[in-house]
Amino acid sequence: MTDELPSRTPRLHVPPPGESPPGELPLGEPADTTGPAGGGPAVVHPTVGKATSGGTGSRVRLLRYVTVLLLAVLGFGVAVMIRIADTPERLAAARPDELATELEDLAVAGRRLEVEATGLEQTRAAVADGARGDADLDRARREAEALAVLAGTGPATGPGVTLRIDDPRGTVEAWILVDALQELRDAGAEAIELSGVRVVASTYIVDAPGGGMTVDGGSVVPPYELRVVGDAHTLAQAMRIPGGVLDTVATRDGAHAEVTNSDRIEIRALRAVPTPRFARPAG
Amino acid sequence: MTREGAITGLLALVVGVVAGLLVAPKPPTWLDPYLPVAVVAAVDAAVGGLRAALERVFSDRVFVVSFLSNVLLAAALVALGDALGVGGAMSTAVVVVLGIRIFTNASAVRRSLLKL
Repeated sequence: MTDELPSRTPRLHVPPPGESPPGELPLGEPADTTGPAGGGPAVVHPTVGKATSGGTGSRVRLLRYVTVLLLAVLGFGVAVMIRIADTPERLAAARPDELATELEDLAVAGRRLEVEATGLEQTRAAVADGARGDADLDRARREAEALAVLAGTGPATGPGVTLRIDDPRGTVEAWILVDALQELRDAGAEAIELSGVRVVASTYIVDAPGGGMTVDGGSVVPPYELRVVGDAHTLAQAMRIPGGVLDTVATRDGAHAEVTNSDRIEIRALRAVPTPRFARPAG
Repeated sequence: MTREGAITGLLALVVGVVAGLLVAPKPPTWLDPYLPVAVVAAVDAAVGGLRAALERVFSDRVFVVSFLSNVLLAAALVALGDALGVGGAMSTAVVVVLGIRIFTNASAVRRSLLKL
């Protein structure tokens, strides 16, 4: 039976019989109270196990008494701990001076916990600061995205209109398109693309020799197509206003313009991110 | 052969519990952190003793020494933890380790009892 058991617990080591050195009871323990050594008959009672059968009789008996006493102490301790855990009953049974002592103890504990709570609150504040930093970062990122749309460095999508200007005879001049852009901006256009060129604040439009236009250095030929993100209704009204863009285009020979509302305009034409040579962000 | 000793031990436990419930002393407050771990350490020693008894290798000497050293060591560890400012964690660690030992010994006891 014993051979298959793990021998990890050194406590289970069997002391060789008869080897217990005299005075090996190293503890000035309650042995004297329980074990009147030599008081009783010095008969060996090998009650449990073979290990007890080897020592001198009185010592073995003494140890047995100590064992029993320790077990009783263990039971006592368990009962006391259970009793302690049973707070309401204990409080009801406690004497006034005990209660006063306990109150004092609780006050001390309360102060200690208060200190701990202060520390934890500081930690929480620090963590909240970190979270606020994250929120700042998120806001900055959203702002950067919005600015990218306005600066033409990011794609944009949303409701808007498409303004198509047919000009088979080349009679539409640059100022008409500039006027159209101005009207669109007044009407709240947020992102504009002219025939594949993203229109931004610095965009210029000039007549190109031999027909068509030069937009930001690139050549654009009719038909011109302006795709605009903004409030579709307002933008369309701005184009159709009497004497406005549609009317102006209509006065040009052979030219024709039309506005189409759309729930979803997607502008993918981008402008390169400018790298300022001289200007630096100022705090 | 083991019956008499086992009954004596059991009786001692019962007497202790009854006495504890009847007397119900209030231990001093400074002992509060150490008593629970001491009790758990004692339980560990008792279960170890039971295992040894079932394996017929029980020795009062070993039991007494292991009981007292277990209790003192557990309390000393918690005291050290208190001194280092990790008292609560140290009590938890001691209780966990003792709990593992109790389970190990309890499984050995079970094997002995069931002869498996």
